[in-house]
Amino acid sequence: MASLAATANEIRKSIIKSVHSAKSGHPGGSLSSADIFTYLYFEEMNIDPENPKDPNRDRFVLSKGHVAPAYYATLAERGYFPKEDLLTLRKIGSHLQGHPCIAHTPGVDMSSGSLGQGISAAVGMALAAKLRGDDYRVYTLLGDGEIQEGQVWEASMLAGHRKLDNLVVIVDNNGLQIDGNIADVCSPYPIADKFKAFNFHVIEIDGHDFDQIAAAFKAARECKGMPTAIIAKTVKGKGVSFMENQASWHGSAPNDEQTAIALKDLEQ
Amino acid sequence: MADVKKIATRDSYGNALVELGKKHEDLVVLDADLAAATKTGIFKKAFPERHIDCGIAESNMVGVGAGLAAAGMVPFVSSFAMFAAGRAYEQVRNSVGYPHLNVKIGATHAGISVGEDGATHQCNEDIALMRTIPGMVVINPADDTEARAAVYAAYEHDGPVYLRFGRLAVPVIFDPEDYHFEIGKGQVLTEGTDVTIIATGLMVSNSLDAAKMLAEKGISAKVINMATIKPLDEELVIAAAKETGKVVTVEEHSVIGGLGSAVCDVLSEKCPTQVLKIGINDEFGHSGPALDLIAEFGLDAKGIAEKVEAFVK
Repeated sequence: MASLAATANEIRKSIIKSVHSAKSGHPGGSLSSADIFTYLYFEEMNIDPENPKDPNRDRFVLSKGHVAPAYYATLAERGYFPKEDLLTLRKIGSHLQGHPCIAHTPGVDMSSGSLGQGISAAVGMALAAKLRGDDYRVYTLLGDGEIQEGQVWEASMLAGHRKLDNLVVIVDNNGLQIDGNIADVCSPYPIADKFKAFNFHVIEIDGHDFDQIAAAFKAARECKGMPTAIIAKTVKGKGVSFMENQASWHGSAPNDEQTAIALKDLEQ
Repeated sequence: MADVKKIATRDSYGNALVELGKKHEDLVVLDADLAAATKTGIFKKAFPERHIDCGIAESNMVGVGAGLAAAGMVPFVSSFAMFAAGRAYEQVRNSVGYPHLNVKIGATHAGISVGEDGATHQCNEDIALMRTIPGMVVINPADDTEARAAVYAAYEHDGPVYLRFGRLAVPVIFDPEDYHFEIGKGQVLTEGTDVTIIATGLMVSNSLDAAKMLAEKGISAKVINMATIKPLDEELVIAAAKETGKVVTVEEHSVIGGLGSAVCDVLSEKCPTQVLKIGINDEFGHSGPALDLIAEFGLDAKGIAEKVEAFVK
């Protein structure tokens, strides 16, 4: 688990560097989800960066597509493309678009970014596996603000109805959205009860504790006959002192000075 | 005319899906609680395991279709045009169009010929919406023969396709024996010298009848069937405009953004020509029997002939 933490730290540094280079992007939710990304791509998923289109691979859909910096940093760290590419984020000619695109970036399984849509695609991928008898698994990461979108619940209803036990929905519950605290803007709570009501197997964890993350994915794998939702309590901006729990860092880039502080924070 | 066979193109859709389903294991059909109306129920009966009823949730259905396509299957996503192109527009754009996934959208109950259900269900804007999406193919077949051929062609095409079907039973005008469909190709049905009528979908049959009425008045109309609205058969449109001068477009769709606009887009740039757009004039439909509505909105043969006559004179 110590090496996972070290990997997550590298990913966090890449997030800061790439968003700084782009002068725009979404660091807050990228940092809150970095540990989940790390576990998925370095432990949980059956993937091969040398063969990103392997039909038997596990799939991942980043439904909260705006945390592309975390996604790209993870894919680069895992070897899908050179880490230098991360500094081209959001620039003209880069394969790293502001939001993930299937056609541009190696390892990206679905274009996403318009909130609420990724989970539907993940349900479709899980359904395809069931129809064909394939044994790959499908993972999708949602924001806790994103679940305000009605489409999330349309997708969840179908996933529960179809008993898609090859699907894992992870909610990055960092508690903040652009306009403030999710509980103040338009509360999606109680989140766990909602997924339970949609016939999900629900697990609540600390999304920065690798032991809890590991146990949750293991329990999801063992659960038969229903999809799993992992509600991961996280800290927006995790690891960067001045970004933690600040809604204002949802979608803005650090300047040179702030970047230096952030990278120093992550060295500790 | 009484013995002309009439079939709704939505029936053609359901029947063609069954034929395709027999040949292709990767074909799946999605519906949103309208299988009896969209006629995917015919497929469901033949291949229950490959028919996914998503419930009344069209936005999700389109996204699920995208996921199935991303995993290598060929989904035909089905609903009324109002919900497939209207309600789920953004899902079609972002989850299907942008990643250019191999999803086919089977939209039935297009236009005012929905009839009694009224304006909420009469989609006159779907062609406009769908043709603005990069890489989207838009097909509006005229009869049973063409509709079935279009479904087969959509399966063979690698990429998103929007198929527009009607609720109303309409005359079968093409003989399956000698009919050939190709995406992006229009067909000249009758030659003429005074004016070109370019029609699509259910309006093709009415336009052919209108041409006969015009002939009786000494007006020679060339009639073109334009099933594929995107990509448009520009060559055919330009050649016809050069040949007859005036051009009329006829569609059971808003005059804003549909076939008429597509034809004008081409002609205004490449062969400036006076064009009369016949369709729904920036207004909503209302309840009534389909044929009565078509007549009221001036889209029956008589209405079309009168407008063309006034335009040519």
